[in-house]
Amino acid sequence: MPTPNPLLLIAELSYTCPLHCPYCSNPLDLGSTRRGEELKTEEWARVFDEAAALGVLQVALTGGEPLVRKDVEVLSRTAADAGLYSTLVTAGTPFTRKRAEALRAAGLDHVQVSIQDSDQVESDRVAGTGAFARKLEAARLARELDFPLTINVVLHRLNLDRVEQIIDLAADLGAQRLELANTQYQGWAALNRDGLMPTRAQLEAGEQAVARARERLGRRMEILWVLPDYFEEFPKPCMGGWARDAILVNPFGEVLPCQAATTIPGLLFENVRERSLPEIWFESEALERFRGTDWMPEPCRSCPFDRQEIDHGGCRCQALALTGDASATDPVCHLSPHHALVVEARQVGEAISAGGALVYRSPRPLAGRY
Amino acid sequence: MTQPTVRKPRLATGVRLQWDRVRERHVLLYPEGALALNATAADVLELCDGVRTIDDIAAALSARYEGSPVGDDVAQLLTAIADRGLVIDADA
Repeated sequence: MPTPNPLLLIAELSYTCPLHCPYCSNPLDLGSTRRGEELKTEEWARVFDEAAALGVLQVALTGGEPLVRKDVEVLSRTAADAGLYSTLVTAGTPFTRKRAEALRAAGLDHVQVSIQDSDQVESDRVAGTGAFARKLEAARLARELDFPLTINVVLHRLNLDRVEQIIDLAADLGAQRLELANTQYQGWAALNRDGLMPTRAQLEAGEQAVARARERLGRRMEILWVLPDYFEEFPKPCMGGWARDAILVNPFGEVLPCQAATTIPGLLFENVRERSLPEIWFESEALERFRGTDWMPEPCRSCPFDRQEIDHGGCRCQALALTGDASATDPVCHLSPHHALVVEARQVGEAISAGGALVYRSPRPLAGRY
Repeated sequence: MTQPTVRKPRLATGVRLQWDRVRERHVLLYPEGALALNATAADVLELCDGVRTIDDIAAALSARYEGSPVGDDVAQLLTAIADRGLVIDADA
């Protein structure tokens, strides 16, 4: 099968962030000593032009916190000029009126604000800083300026009991979309898995709250419920398939299939400073490694449910994290020989009453902190 | 005859109609999504300016397609796209 052209560019502008969420999808090594190596404005502009030529239609300006950079306004303009539909994914705290108006004028299309919880104390506790009030202000400001607004909330055992209140809050803020993303155990969330793991009863109650709200709100607000993959029978179609629909460029210019792929040993990810994005997309060995279905092991290869093109083999980073082998069947699949690892992790969630201690995201080196 | 749910259609806030030069077709772009359009759908959506009524749009296209009746197709298409929240009534 010929390599498809990607639809989405995830532009991780910087790993710096004012928040310390213990489920952050950024790598454990936030590269704080490499800040000087972050791509420059004109390098990102070239990446956007090359992405558009490659068929990308959407760009997510994300991080970390993208607004720690002063050039997001310029980059929004560049994205608009390239014909890309742009989304700013922000913690909200640096989304001031001045910057919001400048972003509007620059052609930014859509704003996504993260909120940690509907309860101020709990939200600030998980963010590791007092940010809740400013997040609400940012969301209201986005609506005032007529940006379409998505509220994004990562769900875990500490906030799943308030799904109903979270939905009400997002609706009050005037959001068009609410993304309820059950924690994916990558990056910092892998480190904090036991403390974040919900119970099945929490998830069921959360899902029921979503169903009731969809009924009540209709088209006024779209609610996305990102499935808790440890609780599913089949693995999630991670990123819609390895290097298939999405392409990610990290703050230092490395081209990846997803946020976590640098954890996989033996893969050399190429840099936009060395080659053009289209050349890397079509020729990089690392992006080719798990593309399509030829790489799949058993039991995927002879999947009795014919799900090779549905699940795309699940998540390679998860296979690595759980089994030590990135090419293994995703252990979330009930047919995986390692599925017991996922069952055990769920049982930890059922067994502990108050959740474990959490390690908060921090730029300090992690050595010695385990 | 389909009863359309919108009278004076316009693209919803944050929805954009655009030519996809790589795949050579029109697309509707919206928050974290894209909908590929065939040429007829793109012709209809280009006329959704919040001023023209569905009847105006059907008449304009019928004239363009040399008199073929298109009213039902236009109403069906816009109802389907309005159901996804991508087109709304300008007066609503």
